[in-house]
Amino acid sequence: MADTPKTTFSRRGFLKGAGVTAATTVIESANALARETKEALHADRTLGPDALPVKLHINGHEHSVTIEPRYTLAETLRDNLGLTGTKVVCDRGSCSACTVWIDNTPALACMTLAIDTVGRQITTIEGLSHGDTMHQVQAAFVKHDAMQCGFCTPGMVMSCAALLERNPNPNLDDVKHAISGNLCRCGTYPKVFAATLDVAQQRNQATTLVAIATERVA
Amino acid sequence: MSFDPKPTTAARTDTFVFGIPQNGLQKKERTVPIDEPPPLPANAELTYIGKPTLRYDGPAKAMGKGKYTADINLPGMLYARLIDASIPHGRIISVDTAAAEKLPGVRAIYVIEHVYGVAELRDPKLEAPSRYPVVRYAGQPIAGVAAVSQQVADDAAKLVKIQYDTMPFVVDRSAARADNAPVVFPGPADAAASAGGGGGPKDVPQTGNVHGPERKTVGDVQKGFAEADVIVEGEYFTQVQTHSALETHGFVVDWKPDEVTVYASTQGTSSVRDEFAEVFKLPKSKVRVITEYMGGGFGAKFGAGNEGVVAANLSRKANAPVKLMLDRRQEHIVSNRPDSHQKLKIGAKHDGTLTAIQLTSYGTAGVGTGAGTAGPATNMYKCPNLLTEEYDVFINAGPGAAFRAPGHPQGCFAFEQTIDDLAVKLNMDPLALREKIDASPARKAERQVILERTNWRNRRPAGSDTGPIKRGMGIAQSVWYRFVSMNSSCEVRVSRDGSVELMSAVQDLGTGTKTLLAIIVAEEFGIPPADVVIRIGDTRFPIGPDSGGSVTAGSITPAVRNASYQAKQKLFAAVAPHFSTTADNFTLQNGRIVFKNDPSRSYTLKQITAKLPTAEISAQATRVPEYSKERLTYGGVDYVELAVDTETGRVHIEKVFGAHDCGRPINPTGVISQINGGILQGISYALFEQRIMDRNAGYMLNANLENYKILGAREVPQIDIVLVENYIAQSSTDAAGIGESAGIITLAAAIGNAFYNATGVRMRKIPMTPANVLSALGKIQEVQA
Ligand code: FES
Ligand code: FES
Repeated sequence: MADTPKTTFSRRGFLKGAGVTAATTVIESANALARETKEALHADRTLGPDALPVKLHINGHEHSVTIEPRYTLAETLRDNLGLTGTKVVCDRGSCSACTVWIDNTPALACMTLAIDTVGRQITTIEGLSHGDTMHQVQAAFVKHDAMQCGFCTPGMVMSCAALLERNPNPNLDDVKHAISGNLCRCGTYPKVFAATLDVAQQRNQATTLVAIATERVA
Repeated sequence: MSFDPKPTTAARTDTFVFGIPQNGLQKKERTVPIDEPPPLPANAELTYIGKPTLRYDGPAKAMGKGKYTADINLPGMLYARLIDASIPHGRIISVDTAAAEKLPGVRAIYVIEHVYGVAELRDPKLEAPSRYPVVRYAGQPIAGVAAVSQQVADDAAKLVKIQYDTMPFVVDRSAARADNAPVVFPGPADAAASAGGGGGPKDVPQTGNVHGPERKTVGDVQKGFAEADVIVEGEYFTQVQTHSALETHGFVVDWKPDEVTVYASTQGTSSVRDEFAEVFKLPKSKVRVITEYMGGGFGAKFGAGNEGVVAANLSRKANAPVKLMLDRRQEHIVSNRPDSHQKLKIGAKHDGTLTAIQLTSYGTAGVGTGAGTAGPATNMYKCPNLLTEEYDVFINAGPGAAFRAPGHPQGCFAFEQTIDDLAVKLNMDPLALREKIDASPARKAERQVILERTNWRNRRPAGSDTGPIKRGMGIAQSVWYRFVSMNSSCEVRVSRDGSVELMSAVQDLGTGTKTLLAIIVAEEFGIPPADVVIRIGDTRFPIGPDSGGSVTAGSITPAVRNASYQAKQKLFAAVAPHFSTTADNFTLQNGRIVFKNDPSRSYTLKQITAKLPTAEISAQATRVPEYSKERLTYGGVDYVELAVDTETGRVHIEKVFGAHDCGRPINPTGVISQINGGILQGISYALFEQRIMDRNAGYMLNANLENYKILGAREVPQIDIVLVENYIAQSSTDAAGIGESAGIITLAAAIGNAFYNATGVRMRKIPMTPANVLSALGKIQEVQA
């Protein structure tokens, strides 16, 4: 509709050459990652608009999928691969519901073209658990009831688990900072804080116990 | 599901626990249907009810395994996009779909014939007949397109050409009240309420865009003011708030000749089924609605909606399942909490006794109605003389809808601040004033909690801080009502292997309904809640209540308890011969089934069910009417500590303490999660959220999540919550919902009162953005939104 005043930017145009766009949460290596990806991936080839086969590494497995270059990682995960744990809420980088990890760094799947993730390791919410065994952060979310409708929860879990990877000993402010981009309309934030700090504490206690045990053995 | 609204005639009298533990528990005699389960003791004596219980579907949600409507992917499913109006007011001359139809991958296009969920002209003849509905707001649905992928559907949507004949429009409430304002409707128009409430009065006068008043009168307000020793008055403004549920409204419709299956992101599977049946003239038996998981509704998601009707038409045309989710911009336009401009006047005696309350309010629900705000002024305190006049003002913007405690956050913002003003004028402590004028025993207990557990006693006179950062504290109270839906049924099945299963069409919109129901069944059978299988959110099961107005817990849990109890009695009767005893000799003790006449003989549920002569027994139950006809209300008292930076205009909430009641709490964990959410939504409403309309172009400027600011992690204060148990002897569970009274009503008012305590200035306008704060402090000129 040419006569429409509303914003209708083309995602393809917007994202072209943008490479991997990092989450609104704080990520140290985002720019470096984007640079590397751009160089690594078909730097001098024009792709699309037709679909092309690509291989994506997701949760430790290789997936072959035929997608148009304009497909975002979120769309590809959800519509083409059935990995619907990753949610799309704003589809333009303002809510972090779609947070996944690319090479262990949180990134927004709605702002990342799937083809830009070729050769990268992608981890989604489905990849955090093993069968029915939850990741420690997931278990803590359940224990603290850090969810209501649960639509923001996968993104929250991915952000909190990533925080604990880069900072095993966060304080309340660190947690708030790490999920400052993750919106929750049901207001689960206080319990998300509690769950994340609980995991940190458990891990630190476990580490202390191991240290004590090692000392005794020694 | 047949449904008999008449209570059984046979009755018995029983004694129920009654009242509030802090105030001393009492007993209450009630006459109840003969087959009601025995009364429950207070929570302290129960095993699972009232004990913190983990969310039934917590692991599924934490692991991303829950399938929401947005996640449904059926074989051969098509993806759809809703096409909506790009002008705020006008007639559609043509909708040209030729180019879109030619796009490879497009399977169906449907142009809508009727717009649902908006006000409709009392006399449709006032408008010339047209093939297309008149466009009354930018974003009004016009058509839908289904294609093999979302990308193709989006491309096709852009190829549909719509020609308009534009008409003058108005998107500003006060401008719409002017005599010469463009009219949104060419005559009187009314909007129906949804299953979640909302909607305004019908058949009230209408002049131009001004619909109303709806007038309520008690006593004689002029006489009341004449009798008053003091009178306080104020004028208050609240903004439009959008629901912003993280999962947008949406449907997957699979239209088959023998049954239409509808996956819906809804708060009411029954309301969706009813509307699909009505719109498509189908028997309800041929419509199945499924809502296993849903990503938030807050009042906006009932019925088929325009997007559901479009999805169904596309599915029928394309002969394939169709998924249609609104995009984020459309989500902001489809529904909202109306704004308000309220004038409030309260008269009182020197001792605080209220003599008169008068409220006039104007609010806009866009092209809908339901902007009334009189709930708190009418129902919180006893006052012999009352006059409320509520007006709806039509503007060319998306329709209002029920939103967590419709009308009450707006009403409370004005009313509880005016009560605070009264306390100032009477030189009384605001808590003490409420103690004087508030008859609610629950809020009395809650005020006591606030007094004992917060800093209230150290409250200083208004504006005590001399530096630029000023701190203060304030409280506000809420009122909400006990609504019960008799359309609340379920079935409980017990199998020979000891498994227990509950089925009901009721849905869980994130409040924890599944957990709540598992606890009730668990208590009756003496097994852990996690061992009960809960199957809900499917209209193939017995009908469930639509979740609006905090109706769910109070409506469905008695049916669940009764069905569990009856299934248990059937089980005992079926196995009694095997144990050479009678059914009434079995009783449940500490999770074991015990012989009453010989407590040494005890069995697990499994040992008992193993002796069932048939593979399964089951019982169905429907909600029994309330035991007594008393009109009951709930409420909460919320306390806020904040800091105002008088140089930047920033308000920083430091602490919130909430004391709330919801009858008998079934799962305190879930209740506290909901109160947390209500408090945070209340802060978000008070400080940040605001729909901004472009006055010149007529559309919402910030229909997204970066410019429509909702509260994030960094704005979360310390929150403490105390639940007050309130036994009311009204049903076999005495449970009640907490969704409405949970903080959303009070927070803007409590923040306003704390702001006054901090600065000595009354904040009469929300959101309390830096611009609005600085203008209230007289540091800058008032800023128009
Ligand atoms: S959906 Fe990706 S940031 Fe909102
Ligand atoms: S739990 Fe509903 S949005 Fe976070």
